[in-house]
Amino acid sequence: MFDYDFMRHAFGAAGIVGLLAGIVGYFLVLRGQTFAGHALSHVGFAGATGAVLLGTSPLAGLIAFTLLAGLGMGVLGDRLNGRDVAIGVVLSLSLGIGLLFLHFFTAYATQATALLFGNVFGVDLSTLAVLAVLAAVCLLALAVVARPLLFSSLQPELAEAKGVNPRLVSMLFLGIVALTTAACAQVVGVLLVFALMVGPAATAQQLTSRLSRGVALSALLALIEAWGGIALAYESDWPASFWITALSAAGYFLSLAVSRRLRFGRLPA
Amino acid sequence: MRGQISPQQPDAAIDLDHVTLAMGGRTILKDISLSIGAGEFIGVLGPNGAGKTTLMRALLGLIPATGGSLRVLGETARRGNPAIGYMPQFRSQAGQINLCGWDFVAAASDGHRWGLPLPDRRRRQMVAEAIALVRAEALADRPINSLSGGERQRLLLAQALLGEPKLLLLDEPLISLDPNHQSAVVDLVREVQQRLGIAVLFSAHELNPLLPAIDRVLYLGRGQAALGQVDEVITGPVLSRLYGAEIDVIRLRGRIFVMSGPLDLEHHAHQHEDDHDHDHGHDDHGHDQNRPQADRRGAGHG
Repeated sequence: MFDYDFMRHAFGAAGIVGLLAGIVGYFLVLRGQTFAGHALSHVGFAGATGAVLLGTSPLAGLIAFTLLAGLGMGVLGDRLNGRDVAIGVVLSLSLGIGLLFLHFFTAYATQATALLFGNVFGVDLSTLAVLAVLAAVCLLALAVVARPLLFSSLQPELAEAKGVNPRLVSMLFLGIVALTTAACAQVVGVLLVFALMVGPAATAQQLTSRLSRGVALSALLALIEAWGGIALAYESDWPASFWITALSAAGYFLSLAVSRRLRFGRLPA
Repeated sequence: MRGQISPQQPDAAIDLDHVTLAMGGRTILKDISLSIGAGEFIGVLGPNGAGKTTLMRALLGLIPATGGSLRVLGETARRGNPAIGYMPQFRSQAGQINLCGWDFVAAASDGHRWGLPLPDRRRRQMVAEAIALVRAEALADRPINSLSGGERQRLLLAQALLGEPKLLLLDEPLISLDPNHQSAVVDLVREVQQRLGIAVLFSAHELNPLLPAIDRVLYLGRGQAALGQVDEVITGPVLSRLYGAEIDVIRLRGRIFVMSGPLDLEHHAHQHEDDHDHDHGHDDHGHDQNRPQADRRGAGHG
């Protein structure tokens, strides 16, 4: 299956995105901000369709909108805690606006499906290059904020007392999350970003209580699920995004069962 | 002896000079002057909203004084002072994470510096020492979501002890612990405090669990403060002034009960907390009324 360019590109894109989503997703799950990540990708839909309408690249629109929304969420900071309804309303509004933009654009059916559910076999070389740059920027930025991010995720008040600026850290992190969702959307589409960003990270957190192992396992799982999904799609001719969501869900529910056994085994009598 | 420490003493851990603190336009503490010595264990008490958390946040430099000067360990209160160890009220969210005790404590070591938390010898030693101080070695490998309230408090205390602080600020460490665990936490803090010779501010809803450990008590109420020996402060006249109501103090077999009419005020304080919940939920950072949300969640899930 590596004889075809589109397959090589697909594996390349899924590899980059899988590693990135697994690592960033671990911190997203640790901070309990998974819903915010989910919402960010939806905001991207409005940006991508708007870009199509203006005749520019949907990826550029996606990146611009998710990044703006991510930084905006970071600025609001604590005020967004427990505001799932407000986030949800913005999420559906973004999908609605995206639909309106598509309505003005004639050939919308295939474009819409690709944006919503991903089109990993349509990734060309230039998109691959953009993904590589996005991943490099995100991982570099994450390396810079990692320590204060971890500290303020686990102990926000203590971190603030020790001189961490929680709002700045949160803003930078949500910026990273925004770029990561934009990258993820190239593989699984804006609706299914959860499968790569949250599924493997949550699975890893069930299986190990060590931070370093958790991050590594999360990245590994996301990589396996993304590549596995593409291979299965090639063999079965079913959509790759379906297989990735299926693997992500299977991994997560299996890990729940395993961790329950681990925990009962470990509990002192 | 300790009762006679005079203000502006050079080796004081805390020096407040006519300090006024306000949160959201409301004056919490007004014109407070007091001094706490370098090796003192101070119990901080008072009704909810009296300013226990606000005072700690001011000492940490997280909120500015609207009047007067706060000096901590000889310098003006500032954010990020490494000589202050702080144990904030526990938020239940962190308690639900499958993360081992070691990584949880280690997150606070050098956590304010940018960069990757790469393992290095100095950090590992710092974390190991803090964990050993609170005898939590057995908790280092266990995930924090499997720990009891008392075990979790020991890890939080280890976090506060990182970096050899000279002053410990402990914000309600006894909340949602049963009486046995309460006295275990108090004994542990006392032991660590004596061994390191540091000052401790330990806030609580109830005085009795603290009685065996504290050198002096700081009682806050209605914007005022009273600092002194338990026998000087926990009296009808002093507390009546702080509560603005007729207060009786009843001593019974080494325990002290603060009563307003038929009500035991310290127990009653827990119910007051919930009354404030809805009013202040939009505020950015907790002052005292904002705390109860965290408390209640802690009690519910912890």
